Amino acid sequence: MNGLRGHRLNVAVGIILLFMPFWMGAIGGYTELASRILVMGLAAMSLNFLLGFTGVLSFGHAAYFGLGAYGAAMAIKYLGAGTMPAIALGMLVATLAAMVIGALIVRRRGVYFAMVTIAFGQVFYFLAFRWNSVTGGDDGLTGWHRAPIDFGVATLDIFGSDKAFYYFALVIFGVCVAAMALLLSSPFGRTLIAIRENERRARFLGVPIEFHIWLSFVVSCLFVSVAGALYALLNNFTDPRALRFDLSGNLVIMAVLGGMRSFWGPLIGAAIFVALQDFVSSRTENWMSVIGLVFVLVVRFFPRGVLGMLRNAAKA
Amino acid sequence: MTEANSRAGMDRRSIITSGLVLAAAQIASPFVIRARAADAVRIGLDNPLTGTYAANGKHELDGCQMALAEINAKGGILGRPAELVVEDSTSGDAGVAVQKARKLIDGDKVDFLLGNVNSALSLAMAQVSNEKGVLHIVPGGHTDAITGSSCHWNVFRVCNTTQMEANAVAGALVKEYGKKFYYITPDYAFGHTLEAGMIKAIAALGGERVGGDLTPLGSVDFSSYLIKAQAANPDVIVFLVQGDDMLNALKQAVQFGLQSKVHLAGAQQEMEPLEGLPPEARIGTWVMEWYWNQPGVPHVAEFVEAIKKRTGRVPTARTWFGYVSIWTCAHAAESAKSLKAVDMAKALQDFHLPSEIALGPNPVFYRAGQNQLIASLFVGDAQASGSAPDDLFKVAKVVSGADAAGPLEESGCKMTWPT
Amino acid sequence: MTQVVLFNVFNGLIVGAFYALMALGLSLILNLSGVINFAHGGFLALGAYLAYTLIPYVGFWGALIAAPLLTAALGLVIERVLIRPLYGGDPLYGLLLTFGLAYIFEDVTRFIWGAQSLPFQLPAWLTTSLSSQFFFVTGYRVFMIVVVVAAVGALFAALNYTRLGMRIRAGTRDLDTVSTLGVNVRVLRSLNFGIGIYMAGLAGVLAAGLLGLSPTIGANLIMPSFVAIIVGGLGSLLGTLIGGLMIGVASGLAAVYFPSATEAVIYVMMGLVLLFRPRGLLGEEGRLH
Repeated sequence: MNGLRGHRLNVAVGIILLFMPFWMGAIGGYTELASRILVMGLAAMSLNFLLGFTGVLSFGHAAYFGLGAYGAAMAIKYLGAGTMPAIALGMLVATLAAMVIGALIVRRRGVYFAMVTIAFGQVFYFLAFRWNSVTGGDDGLTGWHRAPIDFGVATLDIFGSDKAFYYFALVIFGVCVAAMALLLSSPFGRTLIAIRENERRARFLGVPIEFHIWLSFVVSCLFVSVAGALYALLNNFTDPRALRFDLSGNLVIMAVLGGMRSFWGPLIGAAIFVALQDFVSSRTENWMSVIGLVFVLVVRFFPRGVLGMLRNAAKA
Repeated sequence: MTEANSRAGMDRRSIITSGLVLAAAQIASPFVIRARAADAVRIGLDNPLTGTYAANGKHELDGCQMALAEINAKGGILGRPAELVVEDSTSGDAGVAVQKARKLIDGDKVDFLLGNVNSALSLAMAQVSNEKGVLHIVPGGHTDAITGSSCHWNVFRVCNTTQMEANAVAGALVKEYGKKFYYITPDYAFGHTLEAGMIKAIAALGGERVGGDLTPLGSVDFSSYLIKAQAANPDVIVFLVQGDDMLNALKQAVQFGLQSKVHLAGAQQEMEPLEGLPPEARIGTWVMEWYWNQPGVPHVAEFVEAIKKRTGRVPTARTWFGYVSIWTCAHAAESAKSLKAVDMAKALQDFHLPSEIALGPNPVFYRAGQNQLIASLFVGDAQASGSAPDDLFKVAKVVSGADAAGPLEESGCKMTWPT
Repeated sequence: MTQVVLFNVFNGLIVGAFYALMALGLSLILNLSGVINFAHGGFLALGAYLAYTLIPYVGFWGALIAAPLLTAALGLVIERVLIRPLYGGDPLYGLLLTFGLAYIFEDVTRFIWGAQSLPFQLPAWLTTSLSSQFFFVTGYRVFMIVVVVAAVGALFAALNYTRLGMRIRAGTRDLDTVSTLGVNVRVLRSLNFGIGIYMAGLAGVLAAGLLGLSPTIGANLIMPSFVAIIVGGLGSLLGTLIGGLMIGVASGLAAVYFPSATEAVIYVMMGLVLLFRPRGLLGEEGRLH
C-alpha cells in the first residue's frame, strides 16, 4: 500500500507464513498454534476493515465469527457437506445476518454503536445456547470432523495432517486478504478511509455515509465468518463460547496491538496475542491478569500498536 | 491527549523496558522447569483453573497431585518417574481446551490425557484424544454421552452417569416424602438427561411429575421459578441445577421459607456449593458421588488426613475424582505392562480399583464395553455442620454402583476398537 | 394463575430495581465521560468480597456502609491513573482498557479469596419471609428495595439539588461550556466516576445476599445493565431506571409463560426498542451521535 516498502512487507509476511509450521516447533510452538494464529489473524484483519479503515467500532464481531463456525459445523454434521461448501454455508449465514443487523444499527455511532453491537452479539450467543436440539446448546456441536478434500487428481488430507490443514487455511487466508486489499485500494476503499478521517466532510461531498458503513460492516463480517468457519474446522467442534463478547474484545485488542492503521497490523497483533496467551497460560494460572495487563498497557502506551510504533520510529 | 504524551516521554520508555524485562523474566524462568526428565511418563491435565469451574478444577488438581506423589514414592510408572503437565482449559472455551489438548499431545508428548470438568469440553477433548489414540480419563465431566452415545475405546470416565444418580436417590424421596415432584432443571444436555432419569426412576416407584421449569444456565434469580413451584403444590421440589446455579436457587428458596412447606431435594450435590451456602441453607436430600466422612471404612481416614495436610481442607468428590484418575493411569500401565493406549484400554476393561483408591464400602470398577467407573453413591441430607465444621452432609445410605447403574444396553454406547 | 402472574410481576419489580441500581452506575459514567465501563461487574464483585471480609469486624451494617466506599475509593484511583488520560479520545480505548481491567479484577479476586464460593452471612431477621401468603416478600428483598430506593433517591436528589449534581447534569449535555464556565472538569469526572462505582459496590453487597459469592459474580450481571441502558435510552438516568425495572418484570413474566426464554426476553425487548425507537424510551436524539 505504500509503494515499494509496502511490497517488501507483503513479501516478508508471505515468506514467514509460508514456513511457519517449520519454524514454529523450534521456538516451542506446534503446528496447530500456527493454524490458530492464521485464523485469528484473518478475523482480526476482517474486523480492522471496519475498525481501522472505516473508523467504526464493532465490539460484537464474535457473533458473525460464531455464525460462520456454526454454519460450517452444521453443514458438515447435518448435511454431510464437504469442506468448501461448509465454509460457503457459514459465510452465507453470517453475511445474511450482518446485512440485516447492519441495516438496523447503521445510524448509530461511537459508543452507542459499540454497545449495540455488544448486545446483538449476545443475542446470537444466547440463540446458540438455547436452541439445544439444533446447535447442541452448551455441550456444543460435536460428532463431526473435517473431511479430506478430494480434488479429483489428488486428495488433501486436512483431517489427518496438521500441516495439510495449515496450508489449506493459508490458501483461504491468502484469498481473503487479497480480496480485502483489492477492496481497500479501490474507490470504495478510499471512500471508507475518507469517512474515517472526517465523516462530516464526506457527507458534504455527497457520499452516502450510511450505505458505505453498512457495506463495510457486511464485508467485514463476511471475512470474519470465513475465519469462524476455519476455526470450527480446526477444532472439529464449535460451541457458544465462540460467540461471546470475550472473543470480540480479543479481536479488537489484536487489531489495536498490531496497529489499526496498517493492513498487516492485526495479523501481527493476533500472532503476539495468541502466542502470548498460549505461553503464559501454560506457565501460570494467573494468566488472566497478564492478558488484562496487555490490554491496559497497549491502551496507555501503545495506542498506535506495534506497526504504528515502527512507522513512527522509521519517520523519526 | 497531548498532555499525556509530553509527560510520558522518557518515563514511557523506561516503564516499557522494565515491564518487558519483568515479563521476560516471568516467562523465561519456567523454561528451565519445562525442560524435564527425558524418560518421565507424562500425564497431561487439561482442566479449568479459571472461570466458573475453577474451584472444581482446583480440587481435582489436588487429588491428581496427591496421587502423583504417592505413585512416585512407590517407584513411578513402569519404573519411570511420573510427571503431571497442567494446562488451563478455561471453564468454557472449547477452542482453548482443544488447543491445550493438542499442545499436550503433540508438544509435550503426554502418554495420558485428563479432563474436563465441563461436559462440552470433555466431548471436544475426547474427539482429539480419539483421533490421536491417547488414553483419556475424564475425572468429572458429567454428560452421559461421554460413556454413552459418544463413547470411545480410549475414553474412560470416573464420575457417575445421570441415571445412576437418579436411581440412587429416587427411592429415598418417594418413600419418605411423597409422590408429587416439581423439577427445576438447568437447560442443557446434562440437565435434560438428569431430569429424564429422575422422572423414570420416580415413575417406577409410583411418583409423578406435577410440573417443572427449564432454567437458563447462569440464572441469577430463581424467584419466579420458586413462585411457580410453590403454586403447583408438590411434595418435593427437585433441584437439578448445579454449581453456582444450585447455590443461588437454594439460597433463595430458603429465604422464601419454602423448606417449611415442601421438601427440597435433588440428584447431584457437591461440597463446593454447600460450602458457599450460609449454614441455614444447607438442607435437603441429595446424592454425592463421594464423601470424606466414612467412619469405619478402611483407608479413608488416612486419605483425608493426607489431603488435609497437603491442601488445608478436607477432600471433596472432585479431589477423589482426580486421585482415581491418576491412579487409573498408573494401574493401566502396570496391568498392560506397556504404555500403548490400546493395551492399556484393554487392561482397564472390568478393572477393579484397589480398596485404598476406591475409598468406599463397595467394589468399584470400570464397566467393560462402556469404560464407565461404577462407583458407590452416597445418599443423604445436607446439614449446617455435623461432627466437624466441614461435615456438611449426613450420609443416610451408600448405594452400590452396581445396583444403581442401568443395563449396558441402555447407555447407548457402541464401542469400536481399532484394528 | 393470576396469583402467580401478580407475584411474578411484583417480584420482577424487586429484581428489576436491583438491575437498575447497577445500570445507573454504568449510565452515570457513560453519560458524562463517554466510557463504557466493562469493569463494572468487577467492581461489583469487589464490593461483595470486601463486605464479606469486613463483616466479622464491623457487622453487616458496617460492611454495607464501608464496602461501597472502599470500592469507590479504588474506583477513584483507577480513574485518576488509568482512565483520565483517555478522555476526549476514541471511545475504543476506554472500552479496551476497562475490558482488560475486568480480566484483572476477576483474576485478583480469585487470587485473594480463592475460587471456592464463600458463604455470605446475612443477619437472621433479614432472611425470613414476612408473610406466609406473600412468601416471596422476604425481609431481604424488602431491604433491597429500601436500599435501592434510598440510593436512587439520593442520587436523583443530589443531581437535582446540589451544585455538584447540577454540574454533572450540565456536563452531560455540554462539557465544553461547563469547562469554560470555570468548573474543574477533571474533578467533576472523577467524582462522577466515584459515584458510579459506589453504586456498583453497593449492588455487589446486595448481590452477595442473594447469589453465591464467587469471582464470577459480576459477569452475569453486566449484560442486563447494558440492555437496561439501551432500552431506557442513553443519556437519561430515569430511562435507565425504567429500563432496569422493565427488564425485571419482563423476565418475571417470561418465567410464567415461557420459562426457558427468561434470558432471551431482555434481548427481544432490546431488539424491539432498536427497531421502533432507536434512541430508547427516554433517550435524547443525537446523543453521542
